[in-house]
Amino acid sequence: MTNILGIETSCDETAAAVVADGRIIRSNVVASQVDLHAQYGGIFPEMASRQHILNIMPVIQQAMDDAHLNWDDLAAVAVTYGPGLPGSLLVGVNMAKGLAYGRGLPLIGVNHIEAHVYTNWLEIPGSGQYRAPEFPLLCLIVSGGHTELILMRDHGRYERLGGTIDDAAGEAFDKVGRLLGLSYPGGPAIEQAAKLGNSTAFDLPRAWLKDSYDFSFSGLKTAVLRVVQKYGDEITSPAERAVPGESPPPVRNLPVSDLAASFQAAVVDVLTEKTRWAAEAYGVRQVLLAGGVAANRLLRQMMIERVEVPVLCPPPYLSTDNATGVAVVGYYRLQAGQTSGWDLDVEPNLRLV
Amino acid sequence: MSPILNERTLDFISHSPAQTRRIGARLGALVERGDVLCLVGELGTGKTCLVQGLGRGLEIEGPITSPTFTLINEYRHARDELTFYHIDLYRVSNVQEALDFGLEDYLYGDGVCAIEWAERVEPVLPEERLWINLRYLDVNKRGILIRADGARYDPLLRELKRLAFGI
Repeated sequence: MTNILGIETSCDETAAAVVADGRIIRSNVVASQVDLHAQYGGIFPEMASRQHILNIMPVIQQAMDDAHLNWDDLAAVAVTYGPGLPGSLLVGVNMAKGLAYGRGLPLIGVNHIEAHVYTNWLEIPGSGQYRAPEFPLLCLIVSGGHTELILMRDHGRYERLGGTIDDAAGEAFDKVGRLLGLSYPGGPAIEQAAKLGNSTAFDLPRAWLKDSYDFSFSGLKTAVLRVVQKYGDEITSPAERAVPGESPPPVRNLPVSDLAASFQAAVVDVLTEKTRWAAEAYGVRQVLLAGGVAANRLLRQMMIERVEVPVLCPPPYLSTDNATGVAVVGYYRLQAGQTSGWDLDVEPNLRLV
Repeated sequence: MSPILNERTLDFISHSPAQTRRIGARLGALVERGDVLCLVGELGTGKTCLVQGLGRGLEIEGPITSPTFTLINEYRHARDELTFYHIDLYRVSNVQEALDFGLEDYLYGDGVCAIEWAERVEPVLPEERLWINLRYLDVNKRGILIRADGARYDPLLRELKRLAFGI
């Protein structure tokens, strides 16, 4: 068995995982900082890197223990080197370098976005017979920092069809969540609030951006703000509200559930339709979802309903940041003989294509 | 910030996001290394939109997207080595937090900085800076008030007035 240790510290999760043969999860450890950052309504970079330094050793040790492996059982160390927060990425990359060098193992730098995509190659315990995704395929990556529509013709062959031109989908969820007085992160909070709401209560705009696979969520966010302002007699500005430890004052009579449901429907509508168009235009065999927003149930449901080809999405615990995908990419890179040099450096603005 | 129009201010109405982007592009073509542009305005008033224009004026390649998630996005100029820093303090509530992530290194470096929610860190901003204040008027219209603080920005603002409005 080819065991790869994956390490991920690009944002606010310190994660390590061991994956065998690019598909069997032997361990998956994630130390989340979400509680720590909740008071800021998002990740706070300096604090994140300090926390990574505290977490990284115990998390890796735990991943090795859970996998019941010795260092000698590893074939390579794979690590996220971008995109992400520079200080956070550095912790993972330097740790990986030290481990790989000390143990004489190959070092493999992995793109964070690519790692999200490759969680779809993992065997999910209890899901029946394993089948690897089939090329050509289309992948929608949606998270707090990314919204990308990628065409994949083979391992490592990517073509970027579109992406957000302003706010990422997850960022829109976070900002709207804050406008509605919901907790951080906004994705799960809005999904929860939307359960009780009517998604057609508010006619919110969808930015179709004609003849393009790009996305825009800035106008939608502004539209929600206008509705909130209409209800609030004298709503305080977001600038005044951003006090750590205090939740924003709720606007009286604001139909939070209806607004959350209408907003969620608008985001999902655009994401689903553009993915469907691209899937048809490029004749792909499958559609993959990845990234934190892929955990949204409405998005999964609508994709499966509207897209003709099979839609794959990792279970929610693999959609949010973790290191299993890093190890899977590491496996395919190792097979192809593509390892990194000891001069591997972090690339905060790294792009997939 | 006084709304009174004088030679150190420019006050006008943008009628569309495209127009906001255009004034940003005009401004972007005039800025130089070390310049600090401070954007003030509520959510949805077009701060990121104006910065997208700046990027176009600065000849930055690739799309400029919201830096809310990362706090800072860095862009390289297509030809020379100029770096453009797009900073977003939406999630920052006081000066100390901004200093913690090294804001001063960017402000006093030799790149160009555009800072959204800049009013939150006013005490640490350079004495000389350009303020860009955006306010919501109606669905498409935004009031944009540009004010020069310091001698460096007087000629820049004069040039912007001449190029964009012929005044």
